[in-house]
Amino acid sequence: MPSLPDMNATDVVDMARRAAEHQAPRDHHIHNEDLKPALFEWLCRMGDSSLILGHRVSEWCGHSPVLEEDIALANIALDLIGHTQMWLGLAGEVEGKGRDADALAYRRDAADFRNFLLVEKQNGDIGSTLMRQFLFDAWHIERLRGLKGSSSERVAEIATKAFKEVSYHVDRSADLVIRLGDGTDESHRRMQKALDSHWTYANEMFTDDGLDEAVAEAGIAMRPSGLKPAWDALVDEVLAEATLTRPQNDFARRGGKTGERHTEHLGHILAEMQFLQRAYPDASW
Amino acid sequence: MYGQELGATQRDGIEAGTEELEAAFQARIDNNERIEPKDWMPEHYRKTLIRMMGQHAHSEIVGQLPEGNWITRAPTLERKQILLAKVQDEAGHGLYLYSAAETLGVTRDDLTEQLLSGKMKYSSIFNYPTLNWADIGAVGWLVDGAAIMNQVPLQRTSYGPYSRAMIRICKEESFHQRQGFDIMRKMANGTPEQREMAQDALNRFWYPSLMMFGPSDKESVHSDQSMKWRIKINTNDELRQKFVDQTVPQAEFLGLSVPDDKLAWNEEKGGYDFSEPDWNEFFQVIKGNGPCNEERIEARRKAWDDGAWFRDALTAHAEKQAQRRGEGVLQAAE
Ligand SMILES: [Fe+2]
Ligand SMILES: [Fe+2]
Ligand SMILES: [Fe+2]
Repeated sequence: MPSLPDMNATDVVDMARRAAEHQAPRDHHIHNEDLKPALFEWLCRMGDSSLILGHRVSEWCGHSPVLEEDIALANIALDLIGHTQMWLGLAGEVEGKGRDADALAYRRDAADFRNFLLVEKQNGDIGSTLMRQFLFDAWHIERLRGLKGSSSERVAEIATKAFKEVSYHVDRSADLVIRLGDGTDESHRRMQKALDSHWTYANEMFTDDGLDEAVAEAGIAMRPSGLKPAWDALVDEVLAEATLTRPQNDFARRGGKTGERHTEHLGHILAEMQFLQRAYPDASW
Repeated sequence: MYGQELGATQRDGIEAGTEELEAAFQARIDNNERIEPKDWMPEHYRKTLIRMMGQHAHSEIVGQLPEGNWITRAPTLERKQILLAKVQDEAGHGLYLYSAAETLGVTRDDLTEQLLSGKMKYSSIFNYPTLNWADIGAVGWLVDGAAIMNQVPLQRTSYGPYSRAMIRICKEESFHQRQGFDIMRKMANGTPEQREMAQDALNRFWYPSLMMFGPSDKESVHSDQSMKWRIKINTNDELRQKFVDQTVPQAEFLGLSVPDDKLAWNEEKGGYDFSEPDWNEFFQVIKGNGPCNEERIEARRKAWDDGAWFRDALTAHAEKQAQRRGEGVLQAAE
């Protein structure tokens, strides 16, 4: 288990704060007016998926099947919220309208969220949660691996930090998918059902659009479709060991990362998450 | 943490011929030695420790629930991280304590079954609800504060594994109390509504926190033996007094009022006079009639029952792997 963060010594929090405080002059992308809208929205995509998945995972706190899972899931949620701080912190900085990570997380409505549909899905049983986590982690690790070499140094800095944590996430979720897939008949059935249910949602992670194009042109991030071969390889390997069958459906549900059509769940997530900030807009916490 | 000594059994009969062993055992304790799992110990010592450590572990686990109640509603990303880290710590504490209890010949699963069947208890405090965000501050400040008060002396307790678990746990508890106090300070100095939430939280958590030290010494029947064995170091009333003396100035610093008309500094004893909690309420909560008893146990039972297929699958997978390795060894040998 990675070490528990100290209240004030969490380097994730530190990095986000640093990101918000000083603007690194070396990163010209941050000040590129033409790129600004696309970069802002792309950073929200990164931050929002982490935020919403972190929220979902944190719902397990105290309710998981074994104590070790309570600890591991809390740790993963903690990492994801840490990543959110960094991505949304940078997004606010790029936008330049005085919004920080909290303002973006707590004061936008569903239509402005840019997370994948996959991460909004309800937890279901622990198998469904872990399968969702694995499909996401397998994407996440490839995404971050590429971003470590981003032409934006600020993006590369965040990716480097997050990469270490996500390496642990993907090792763990892959391992559990294998053990549960190749466990009992019941666990196998549950895992196959979870995989089938998540599959067309997962496909959204590899859809390209104009915004991805702009960010790719600038050398900031690879096109999502470019992440697919490595994802396929890892997913195929793990599913084979888990004795699970890969669904043969390339259809991608869309609307999460563009914000055009979220699931009904997102509104409920936000109603809960944003309650205090919305009910007491003048308060500081 | 939770020295309430709930549901203590009466002393078992002394086995014949054990007097000498018991005398030697007591001499070791009086000599400040640590008792280790393989050492001889009186059966009643072992049982008392299983009950104490099990109850303590259960409290850590059930204690995740009232705070977990606000993780998804934490008002900032940083608060959310801090609360997640804190609740994660509590699960970790449960893990150390179950492991320490296992050195006495019980399993974690046994202890869990006993929690779910109601045979074993957990601290009464976790049967109280967290209703507004300041409650998360109050829990850290008061509940973890009371826990520290109980646990610091237990670092010197006679049973080695328990003492070492306490040392690890105490290191983390001070962070818990600080983060709670920090929330309270923010709330008490915030908007009028936030102030109101802070006062409301203190009002609701004050007496339940005082109950955490267990019944008054006058009524606590089994303290003597436990103190002789150094598995209890201070009396309930001593600790409660210490807690009040420490906490009242902190409440004053926050500008909040402790909900006790009788609270007054007593120069002569060098401590505060204060009202006792309602012990009838306390015993009712222990019996199952607290505000959240049913929800807490129900949540734990659901986690346990819903997770059965998960635990079974991990076991089945491990067996398959072992079998495959076995076959691999055989094939290699052929
Ligand atoms: Fe971590
Ligand atoms: Fe604890
Ligand atoms: Fe604690």
